[in-house]
Amino acid sequence: MNKAIEYFAGEYDIIVIGAGHAGCEAALASAKMGKKTLILTMSLDAIALLACNPSIGGTGKSHLVKEIDALGGEMGIITDESTIQSRMLNTSKGPAVHSLRVQADKFEYQKKMKYRLENRENLYLKQGEVIEIILEDKKVKGLKTRTGEIYYAKTIIVSTGTYLKGRIFIGELNYEGGPNGFYPSNKLSDNLKDLGFNLKRFKTGTPARINYNSVDLSKTERQDGDDEIIPFSFMNDSLEIDQVPCYLTYTSEETHNIIRDNIERSPMYSGKMESIGPRYCPSIEDKVMRFKDKNRHQVFIEPEGRDTNEMYVQGLSTTFSEDLVLEMFKTVKGLENAKIMRSAYAIEYDCIDPIQLKRSLESREIGNLYFAGQINGTSGYEEAASQGLVAGINASLKLENKEPMILNRSESYIGVLIDDLVTKGTEEPYRMMTSRSEYRLTLRQDNADLRLTEKGYRVGLVTEDRYKKYLKKKEFVEKEINRLKDIKLNPNKKTNEIVKRLGSSELKTSVSLYDFIKRPEIDYDKSKVFDENRQYLPKEIRMQVDIQIKYEGYIKKQNIQIEQFKKLEKKKLSEEIDYEKIHGLRMEARQKLNSIKPESVGQASRISGVSPADINVLLIYLEQMKRKTREEI
Amino acid sequence: MDTDTIAAIATPPGEGGIGIIRISGSNSKKIANKLFKDKKDDSLIDLEERKLHYGHIVDPTTGRIIDEVMAVYMNSPKTYTAEDIVEVHCHGGIISVKRILDLILNNGAKLAERGEFTKRAFLNGRIDLSQAEAVIDLIKSKTESNFDMSLNQLSGSVSKEVSILRDMLIEMLAHIEASIDFSEHDIEESDTRDFLESAKLILENIDRLLNTAETGRIIKDGIKTVILGKPNVGKSSLMNKLLGEDRAIVTDIPGTTRDIIEEYISLNGIPLRVVDTAGIRDTSDIVEKIGIDRAKEELNTSDLVIIIFDASSKLDEEDLKIIKLIEYKNTIALLNKTDLEPKLSKEDIKSVLPNHPIIETSLINNYGLEEIEYFIKKMFFNNDIRIEDDTIITNARQKNLLLKARENILDAIDAINMNIPIDCLEVDIKSCWQNIGEITGDTSGEEVLDKIFSDFCIGK
Repeated sequence: MNKAIEYFAGEYDIIVIGAGHAGCEAALASAKMGKKTLILTMSLDAIALLACNPSIGGTGKSHLVKEIDALGGEMGIITDESTIQSRMLNTSKGPAVHSLRVQADKFEYQKKMKYRLENRENLYLKQGEVIEIILEDKKVKGLKTRTGEIYYAKTIIVSTGTYLKGRIFIGELNYEGGPNGFYPSNKLSDNLKDLGFNLKRFKTGTPARINYNSVDLSKTERQDGDDEIIPFSFMNDSLEIDQVPCYLTYTSEETHNIIRDNIERSPMYSGKMESIGPRYCPSIEDKVMRFKDKNRHQVFIEPEGRDTNEMYVQGLSTTFSEDLVLEMFKTVKGLENAKIMRSAYAIEYDCIDPIQLKRSLESREIGNLYFAGQINGTSGYEEAASQGLVAGINASLKLENKEPMILNRSESYIGVLIDDLVTKGTEEPYRMMTSRSEYRLTLRQDNADLRLTEKGYRVGLVTEDRYKKYLKKKEFVEKEINRLKDIKLNPNKKTNEIVKRLGSSELKTSVSLYDFIKRPEIDYDKSKVFDENRQYLPKEIRMQVDIQIKYEGYIKKQNIQIEQFKKLEKKKLSEEIDYEKIHGLRMEARQKLNSIKPESVGQASRISGVSPADINVLLIYLEQMKRKTREEI
Repeated sequence: MDTDTIAAIATPPGEGGIGIIRISGSNSKKIANKLFKDKKDDSLIDLEERKLHYGHIVDPTTGRIIDEVMAVYMNSPKTYTAEDIVEVHCHGGIISVKRILDLILNNGAKLAERGEFTKRAFLNGRIDLSQAEAVIDLIKSKTESNFDMSLNQLSGSVSKEVSILRDMLIEMLAHIEASIDFSEHDIEESDTRDFLESAKLILENIDRLLNTAETGRIIKDGIKTVILGKPNVGKSSLMNKLLGEDRAIVTDIPGTTRDIIEEYISLNGIPLRVVDTAGIRDTSDIVEKIGIDRAKEELNTSDLVIIIFDASSKLDEEDLKIIKLIEYKNTIALLNKTDLEPKLSKEDIKSVLPNHPIIETSLINNYGLEEIEYFIKKMFFNNDIRIEDDTIITNARQKNLLLKARENILDAIDAINMNIPIDCLEVDIKSCWQNIGEITGDTSGEEVLDKIFSDFCIGK
């Protein structure tokens, strides 16, 4: 006999399927919000796995981490605890796009996250493969595991990452498999299909890991972290650690020749792999074939942790088989004798079409079923964690019969991420970029706490400590800005001499110190010469004051746009509306609106195929409905 | 309530003695105050509500009087849209209404979408619920036709220039975005100064387009005017004189205008779409034949015909053939080349074309041009020839968008000169791109991403 004996294994408020970055944030959020939570994982060794590069943050992504932190999520804190190198990117540009990127110790990150799951009150962690979600009246009732456990749950969050029908590609070889040598989950995606979800097939890849001892570092350029580390979490004022370097080298013409000579051996080019990979993560063969006039490509060698010799080879992700990868290494300075420890591979997996979700990340068709992370068609740890946090919060709020927490495009990158997913869907694994936001200057990493702490506090995720810290920062910044407005500089000789010394042009009329700081060559710190009694303020507050003053003009422009945006967002559209029946809508708009069911006229306006004329029709329709209900009362 | 203030011409332009421009929204009184002065130099708002007041519309930047008008303001909510409304009654015809509308748009109002006054009236509760469906139909058809119209009415050369502008802006945006979002990816670090050249070039292009808009040539429609006549009688010369530039090829070899040339010109605000044809006559030259067939076609759809005769030669078969073609058309006849020894007189023409004005000209010497303009204007204001109001509206819309785009690119140039960070610069460039895109209706955000991925090698 070879079968699982089914048995009733317990009842939970919330069960999270998968313990990757989405699952962990979801489970921790719901447990913190007082919900009895179970988190199931394919393997206890795969918790919060950084399956690809050992780094967190970068442009757009660092903004997400800061927002997760502001809302009371874990990613920022655990990243700070496992940072081995930290750099602020884009410092030559404006503060809105300054982006923190750290090298994290993968093993440390996993350990810290697992420990938190294990020790969180209300949270239960168990290894197990979910094969079926049980429904009752189009609503979640529970689930079944491969080993026969039957759990009841009021709410389920699906965050299965790349495990669903995972298939590994290494050169000409392909086989069923999950990431990093783990097993795939084959039954659950059929079950999701049976439940009515449209599935897509996406792909992502990761380069080889090599042994540190086999790399000739003398032939590479050493890359160190910043002298002063700015932590991710708003709870940490500083971070003192010994940093570990990364190394930079380049591919050569010979590398490119090997690729061109063997291109038919790449499953991507031979047509064996049909799924869609992300454009921002091309394999080295893609880069060489598409950008023919580039005679070298960057290769970064990054440590996977402090207590390991494994090094990640960024820039050489490939679908070639290992014999060719080794051939390529021979032509890259420093990697001539590199010994591979883990092979490069690509993985194909099932995900759902996210337009089937509401902005709360709950399924539109099945009650109390939420989705978060790569299963929604995204890519990246930070994107996954953001959705996990939102799903965890909203699943909990729903059990409390409260309105979901919806983050708007105008207040957060998380809002942009989710709105894009549920409104437009995605044709490739979705990665956050600052250019996806219309309000980039407003959505900065430095003010993520000012934007979101209040919201996190309201749902009960933000601790008192954090909330007080936020209130204090807010107050200090406001007070200081007002104080600067009251200090006047008069255009006398003495003042103008100092002004000239600061490299600025003479004052002609009296200005406030506030306006003086707006001059490009001046900043808050430089203006101190005119402000003798200025009290010492912590760096983050000085920085905030500086940014808010210097970019006031641009921020004001953006605020006007935000006001316009909010007007249409406030016009709510009920899920019950049957757009087929609305007189005057064009055919394409009817179909799109019925399949996406936007929550507001604003969201409807972002659907491709809904024209300005259709939006006018919707506005008239809403007014019509409003008056009809008024008449009925 | 929508706080945008909108304005539009409420009367069909070109017809009637008065034109009315209507402004609705919270800023309408503020805008009217800036532009309207009565004879005591009082602002409109100082005068009594719901009464027509006599005064002038004055351009606040130049202090120049645009027109003498009657103006009225009505406070919300008891107005058509339930918002503050201002109406300016000015002289009819195109020039005055258009200038006043332009001025209002430049001073903070948005050009109303078609049907927008009605939409607001409904949304603000001024129109009965029972009429909701009719309102939907009206607004829907108007917004849709508005959109199609902007696409269709752009003349070929203008839409090409707009798309070149868009390409330049996308190039810049993709560069900025790539350097922000993929800064660690071996992308040439771009200094904002690198963009100065491109920004200036974009400004030049916008200015050129604006000049086009100013003379009314931005739009394909206009009074369709066909110039007819035997080869070498002076058709291309007339066209050049009207345009003020040497566009059509003028030589003294008969039949050098091989194909149809179209130009858009504005005769004191009256938009003309002038079609210059190859001389109508039988010919063995195939290329020229194509020209002639099309000329006949063009004639069938024309609003105004200018037929030219050669004063230095007798009326011949060819002239008579051409005269036959134009029987029922609005026609002005020119007797050209009066500087040469006369063989044909006004009376000779009158005998074959008794009901049309005849003007003696010597185009080479610019003689007679003013009279041509006078007759065209007269026909236009007598309503003998007319154009759709859409044309003027679309033109105002495009021009307004171009002006906004111009402001954006000027801001961008300022930002570059002041060393403002690239992410701030992007805001101006993006707005510029969006405004230009709206002219043709292309505003997809995905384009920039596509451009980044196709132009830059990005990836881990």
